[in-house]
Amino acid sequence: MRTLTVKGIRIDDTFAEAFGMRATAVIITADTARWARQTAITMTGFATSVIGCGCEAGIDRPLDARATPDGRPGVRVLLFAVSTSELQKQLSARVAQCVLTSPGSACYAGLAGTESLRLGNALRYFGDGWQISKRFGGKHHWRIPVMDGEFVCDATTGLTKQAVGGGNLLIMGRSAQATLAAAEAAARAIEKVADAIAPFPGGIVRSGSKVGSKYKGVIASTNDAYSPTLKGAVKTALDADIASVLEIVIDGLTSQAVADAMRAGIAAIVKLGPKRGAVRIGAGNYGGKLGPHHYHLKDLLP
Amino acid sequence: MTPLVLTLHQRPEQRLDLSPLVPQRLAGKSANEIARIELQTTRVRVTVGDAFRLRMGDAQHVRIEGACDRLDQVGAGMSAGAIDVAGDVGIRAGRLMTGGRLMIHGNAGHWTASAMKGGEIEITGSAGDHVGGPLAGEVAGMRGGLVIVRGNVGARAADRLRRGMIVVEGGAGEYAGSRMIAGTLILRRKAGALPGYLMKRGTIILGEGARALSPTFADCGVHRLVAMRLVGAYLKPYSAATAALLRRPLRRFAGDMAVSGHGEIFVGNES
Repeated sequence: MRTLTVKGIRIDDTFAEAFGMRATAVIITADTARWARQTAITMTGFATSVIGCGCEAGIDRPLDARATPDGRPGVRVLLFAVSTSELQKQLSARVAQCVLTSPGSACYAGLAGTESLRLGNALRYFGDGWQISKRFGGKHHWRIPVMDGEFVCDATTGLTKQAVGGGNLLIMGRSAQATLAAAEAAARAIEKVADAIAPFPGGIVRSGSKVGSKYKGVIASTNDAYSPTLKGAVKTALDADIASVLEIVIDGLTSQAVADAMRAGIAAIVKLGPKRGAVRIGAGNYGGKLGPHHYHLKDLLP
Repeated sequence: MTPLVLTLHQRPEQRLDLSPLVPQRLAGKSANEIARIELQTTRVRVTVGDAFRLRMGDAQHVRIEGACDRLDQVGAGMSAGAIDVAGDVGIRAGRLMTGGRLMIHGNAGHWTASAMKGGEIEITGSAGDHVGGPLAGEVAGMRGGLVIVRGNVGARAADRLRRGMIVVEGGAGEYAGSRMIAGTLILRRKAGALPGYLMKRGTIILGEGARALSPTFADCGVHRLVAMRLVGAYLKPYSAATAALLRRPLRRFAGDMAVSGHGEIFVGNES
């Protein structure tokens, strides 16, 4: 594989291959920024990969009190799934179990779309007949009496079919510590990109997978080509100086958001430099035949 | 955009029905055609040309100048555009309106916004009885849109309100929000006796309470609700004082228990 070098960091001449997804967004508010964030963290827990979690979810960005519908501090959360029905199921379950239950919370539509998903319209029955519907200013929301007052929830939120999941960066370094430093820098930069999330813990995944396995019935298994401890034993993709690899997976409401997030991530890794961070950046793909969205690293350089 | 201006010559001999003078019915008409529109409510024929001086302009924006309380049904059935009125209007202003904006720089008569479905009405003065209410025989009153009255309103404001919002910066007569089905009525100043009489659902907010509250409303304590912040945020561009009222703690009464008890009255500074 040809590589080019930017400020001492080797960039693979390859691309990330990503897939179309269904996505939605909600705005969670609370009396304090701390509780808005806590609610969002709980709601987006166990949502790292559609393979095992049903959806991928994360915090898009915190919102200032002036930017939320009720004038309280808030957080915008994005959810991605492979089908509209699964997205609806995950949205309803997560809002019901994690947002409705959280002290002082309220939940609003975070995306305007031509199609919509049920939000309060699915939850209102919790009110057992005491729920109150309000429509004004082109909005419809439900007020559901709960033990600390009322849970206010928009009736619906928007759905987009233009979302993209699976943008990624493979970050390779000379030590686990340096690789993690580079990955953290990239994750922090991606946090700031609007309409995109990195759903894995802290935005980072260490167990990248390949399709298939030697065992019957196992659909994915460890990415041995990028496992440094197997460097001599398998057909490796790693150079002699690579001791650790971390991946950042990116989901975005639009293809542009994914490209922007990857660009921001690469810029942060390059800025950190090869001494303290990564020495090589790659990307994962399946030969280009499975996913319609291709993000070539050479187009995303700072 | 030059508005189409209608200036009333003098107080008409009879009540006039101005419902034909809404933007969607004037669109595409020439000055002559407009002048021939009949407005009479008796057997004596009165046309626009007889009663008004007409200055042509874009029919999407109609201005009525020198108006008086004999002009009924101003803006009735309006679906889009804007009507500005300088002066008072008679009964049923904005009745069955579905969209657009009706602005009255003066007072309005009874049944203002009667059974309105959408759009906005603003009245700088006061309005009569039955704001938003249904006419005899109709099942529901106002079912959408926003009404702002800067002055006071008469009795039975928001009678059988089904949806939408009525905001009164002044006070109200008796039985405000009577038989409400849903929707929101806000009265910044004191309401007359028995607000929410037989209301099923819906929300009444009283900035200064009422002369008498029915014993069929049950005290639910004082609360600061997120829902009030949402209403306040929506109303801020229309009425900053009302938005400020909604940020204060409000005492909630559930009722009318004589019916289903799913309605609510919020009371601000009780006096």
